Amino acid sequence: MSLINYSSREINVKIVYYGPGLCGKTTNIQYIYDKVAPDTKGKLITLATEMDRTLFFDFLPLELGKVKGFRTRFHLYTVPGQVYYDASRKLILRGVDGIVFVADSQRSRYDANIESLYNLHENLGEYSLKLDEIPYSIQYNKRDLPEIISVEELEQELNPKQYPSFEAIATKGVGVFDTLKSVAKAVLRNLS
Amino acid sequence: MVRTNWKVFEEDYWAINTTIQELLKNSNATSVLLLDKTGQLISSVGEQPEFDMHSFASLCAADFEANSQLAQLIGEKDFSTLYHQGSNESMYLARVEQNIILVVLFDKRTTLGLVRLRTKKAVDNLETVIRQLYEKLEYENEELTEFDEEFTNEAELEIDSLFSD
Repeated sequence: MSLINYSSREINVKIVYYGPGLCGKTTNIQYIYDKVAPDTKGKLITLATEMDRTLFFDFLPLELGKVKGFRTRFHLYTVPGQVYYDASRKLILRGVDGIVFVADSQRSRYDANIESLYNLHENLGEYSLKLDEIPYSIQYNKRDLPEIISVEELEQELNPKQYPSFEAIATKGVGVFDTLKSVAKAVLRNLS
Repeated sequence: MVRTNWKVFEEDYWAINTTIQELLKNSNATSVLLLDKTGQLISSVGEQPEFDMHSFASLCAADFEANSQLAQLIGEKDFSTLYHQGSNESMYLARVEQNIILVVLFDKRTTLGLVRLRTKKAVDNLETVIRQLYEKLEYENEELTEFDEEFTNEAELEIDSLFSD
């Protein structure tokens, strides 16, 4: 649910990073925060446990600058990945304009990816939304680790509808901006 | 189309701002913010805070939502107001209609009683404005002519330049 303010000529849109626990959602946001110019970013908010696990969400506001006179802002959120934080995940999806699903490429996390994707469908359903209706990209993270699943297999299981997908190593920034650009452009295209 | 349930037009924006400006003055608060339940800041008046307002708005919305869930667990529909007391600065949050949150920041120059009283009146006024805005959005067929191909092309160039290593 983007907010278009015709008086102050502002557009705010919300992009949510979803995925299983420890898949690298916060790492994506942290990398973006570290790399974008200081005058384009607001404060990075992280509500995490002492063990650095996301408890409620991470939040990063980014300002795109003026496009045809409209000041355009992206609000990036991550959800907590752990299964028992479902209530928090549901709340963060409220008013979402675009979604990035971060999948963990490790073989050991195969089931966790499927469970999280299923949970995403379920939680969108709570707001009467379907994934087909929302700009969506998928990121296969941790491509540098041993014992990873092939991209073909991940595509088959997690992305049968062939949404835009990207390989990534979020700790090194590989694929992070490509994923964000893909979903951000789709969100703004949706306005026209 | 994105579900732009939220479009704020010139006249509504000024009606909102007049109300929150009055609230600021009558309650002797330091700042007043209006945001929606997804954490998007709609407007703010008063002293410009040193913190990032957009991050603050996202946390206020999360705070309100989390408390709303707590309310439901104990059998309430929701908590329509919240109060956070600090030793110097305090905040009072109130729900406006279903989707809007009014946040009043205040210090020792005023009292909770006065803030609560003035906020109640401001909520009534804002609800009228918001209901009118909802009606307008319901019947609005206006094409968003600003968001044409030129907008998309310009936006994509900006995205490419902002989001790069």
